[in-house]
Amino acid sequence: MKREVAAPATEAHPMDELLRMDRIPHIWCPTCGLGTVVTAFASAVDKLEIPLDDLAVVSGIGCTGRVAGYIKVDSFHTTHGRAIPFATGLHLTNPKLKVVVISGDGDLISIGGNHFIHAARRNVDITVICVNNFIYAMTGGQVAPTTPLRANASTMPYGNFERPFNIPYLAESSGAVYVARWTALHVRRLTKAIAEALQKPGFSVVEVISPCSTLYSRRNRIGTGLDLMKFYHDNCEIKHGADTRELDIGFQEEITVGKFIDTERPTYVESMNTWYAEVFGDQYEPYEGSAK
Amino acid sequence: MADSSRRTPPGPGQKYWRRPLDADRIKVPHGEIHILVNRCKGCQFCVEYCPRDVLEMSESFNVKGYHYPEAVNEGECVNCQLCEMLCPEFAIFCVEVEEEVADDDGGS
Repeated sequence: MKREVAAPATEAHPMDELLRMDRIPHIWCPTCGLGTVVTAFASAVDKLEIPLDDLAVVSGIGCTGRVAGYIKVDSFHTTHGRAIPFATGLHLTNPKLKVVVISGDGDLISIGGNHFIHAARRNVDITVICVNNFIYAMTGGQVAPTTPLRANASTMPYGNFERPFNIPYLAESSGAVYVARWTALHVRRLTKAIAEALQKPGFSVVEVISPCSTLYSRRNRIGTGLDLMKFYHDNCEIKHGADTRELDIGFQEEITVGKFIDTERPTYVESMNTWYAEVFGDQYEPYEGSAK
Repeated sequence: MADSSRRTPPGPGQKYWRRPLDADRIKVPHGEIHILVNRCKGCQFCVEYCPRDVLEMSESFNVKGYHYPEAVNEGECVNCQLCEMLCPEFAIFCVEVEEEVADDDGGS
């Protein structure tokens, strides 16, 4: 049977300027939401007109960890869980740089959980985009600290019985100044949230619920990523300023999305400068970075 | 013409709210869809969420072996760029096209 194959396209996409085209096509599965998150991030950067030289993207390990390799700005792909400490160092060396951590739930909340809470406690001026797909997707669908109760994972074949983390509550109680949650379907609101988070001085967290077709939805027999997108469409409730204690996500239950926290608090560098100016008086020169 | 029709009371079966009062001043943008067929992995996000139902999955395959979207009624596209934002493969985008005949039969 003769198969009709489309002619190769030679056109360029407007996003191509921001992507390392030698690495595209990316490795993400069909109906994965990660490409959408990359587009939302790029649109936010575009909207704010941030010069690309003043932007750095740091990722950890995992499917989302690949983002650093695909975005054509200064980026670093760190070891597992260590995206936030690397970003903290990068920020402290040059506080004028906009440092963004884009990584997954397993990387940021489980293996790098300690770094997450301490960066939030110190209010380091970085932006964290935590893509939550409820599972360790790249390594084969092991249970993650965000896997909802009763969901199936390869290391929980009879369903998960561990209580999952509620990322906005964790971030708020640790001291983050901006906390929002959107899904990969709410692209425009997500773009706006990322833009707000980028402008916010302090530790800002945007949680993005993203479909994982190959491991999460296939293991749980809930269809493909498209079915999960339809699920988000029907079951997401927008509640700005909702109490973060009530934002737990159950297995295939309603998801509350919105902007929950937007407060002001002195950042790490500001607190250091204020305190040392108080202690040492005129002898102290405020720290503005050691990078030339 | 649009102004006089606005002042006349509606006939039977007609309703005021069917036609927005500034309908003659608002210009609906029109977009042209570009699809980079061989980047597509057939996720159907664009087809499912296009608010004007412009796209449809094609019968044929691309070089990767996936069905890809096709613009079946491109005239309906209003350049909202939702498909461009949702596409995880950076394979579809919209460009606004300027309409040449705007003043001939428009309301202004």
